[in-house]
Amino acid sequence: MSKATLQPTLQRRPLVKKILEGADDNLLVIAGLGSSNWDVTEAGDRALNMPLWGAMGAPVGMGLGLALAQPGKRVLVITGDGDMLMSLGSLATVATQRPENLAIVVLDNEKFGETGNQATHTSPRNNGPTESGAGADLSLIAKGCGIADVGIVREAGEVAQLVKDARTRKGPVFRVVKVMVEKLEFVMPPQDGAHLKDRFRQALLGHP
Amino acid sequence: MNAETSIKSGADWRDQIFDVLQAHDIKQVYHVPDAGHSRLIEQCQRSNSIRTVPLTTEEEGLALAAGAWLGGQRSVLLMQSSGVGNTINLMGLTKTLRFPFLTLITMRGDYGEFNSWQYPMGQGTPKVLEAMGVLLYSVDKADEVKATVDAAARAAFNGGQAVAVLLRQKLIGIKDFGKK
Repeated sequence: MSKATLQPTLQRRPLVKKILEGADDNLLVIAGLGSSNWDVTEAGDRALNMPLWGAMGAPVGMGLGLALAQPGKRVLVITGDGDMLMSLGSLATVATQRPENLAIVVLDNEKFGETGNQATHTSPRNNGPTESGAGADLSLIAKGCGIADVGIVREAGEVAQLVKDARTRKGPVFRVVKVMVEKLEFVMPPQDGAHLKDRFRQALLGHP
Repeated sequence: MNAETSIKSGADWRDQIFDVLQAHDIKQVYHVPDAGHSRLIEQCQRSNSIRTVPLTTEEEGLALAAGAWLGGQRSVLLMQSSGVGNTINLMGLTKTLRFPFLTLITMRGDYGEFNSWQYPMGQGTPKVLEAMGVLLYSVDKADEVKATVDAAARAAFNGGQAVAVLLRQKLIGIKDFGKK
């Protein structure tokens, strides 16, 4: 395979919009800090989103705690490769519990987007002095941690299946989506964490 | 081991902690393997009403606790003082989200510790927790454990605070590797 064929062509914003299309009260979303937060918010700010402005490394654990507390709801974690790399062990923790209602989608642009697009460990090796990573494969890591249902999405033709997997497939589901590096507008949800938490609980439980 | 066997099982402070957790409707218990908490962890694992989740690092416990609270469930994080440092950044979540948080910490590097590697984090534990705005309850007598954990759970789940109970090494016993 030549390097050119591996250049990502998927754009994160329309992709996330498709994943979240028709979101109802059954769908609980945790969005990792930075780009994933802005992507999920652009698709539509809603009470049953928990978009993070910090807490790097927390989304998968948060999704797990939520999935265990709400087995009747679908829990979807959407985050980036940099965030995922910070809590690889949490994938093994997910595997110990095997929550059938949890899906994790990692938008992998191989960059730390919020700090100036430095290469993450998922960037290829031998990619020059400033752009080289480890070629780390998050789907293999998830599989190695004990999550059986993993995959990598690269093509537009695979997106419809990705949406189904993220929304309905028996979990735990783990998908990496290779996405383009893009400069996009920040689309920000409310920042107050207590407010985000209270509106989430109000919508889900009927009280803050 | 002598102290443990001399106390009737129903009166053991570790069993009392389990009773308090049940009384406060704790549904998720997170832990990293720990000798001081092992009896309590095993009780939780055998319980039908509690989901016990082993962590790869203590900081995962903060993320899980936040998620559980979002979903309407109460949780507790069991850890050793040596793991407290791993939690500090995410301990901030308890302030930014303002959610109730309870952790029970078995102390090392605290009282008669033989292992010099345990001292830095053991001695630093109260200070770093205070720096993150966590309320500290400390207990070193077996007959005060039940009331202390109960008060901590009330402060957390009724008062909305982040609370740590330090189970002092004087209470747990000085670890004596290789001796029976």
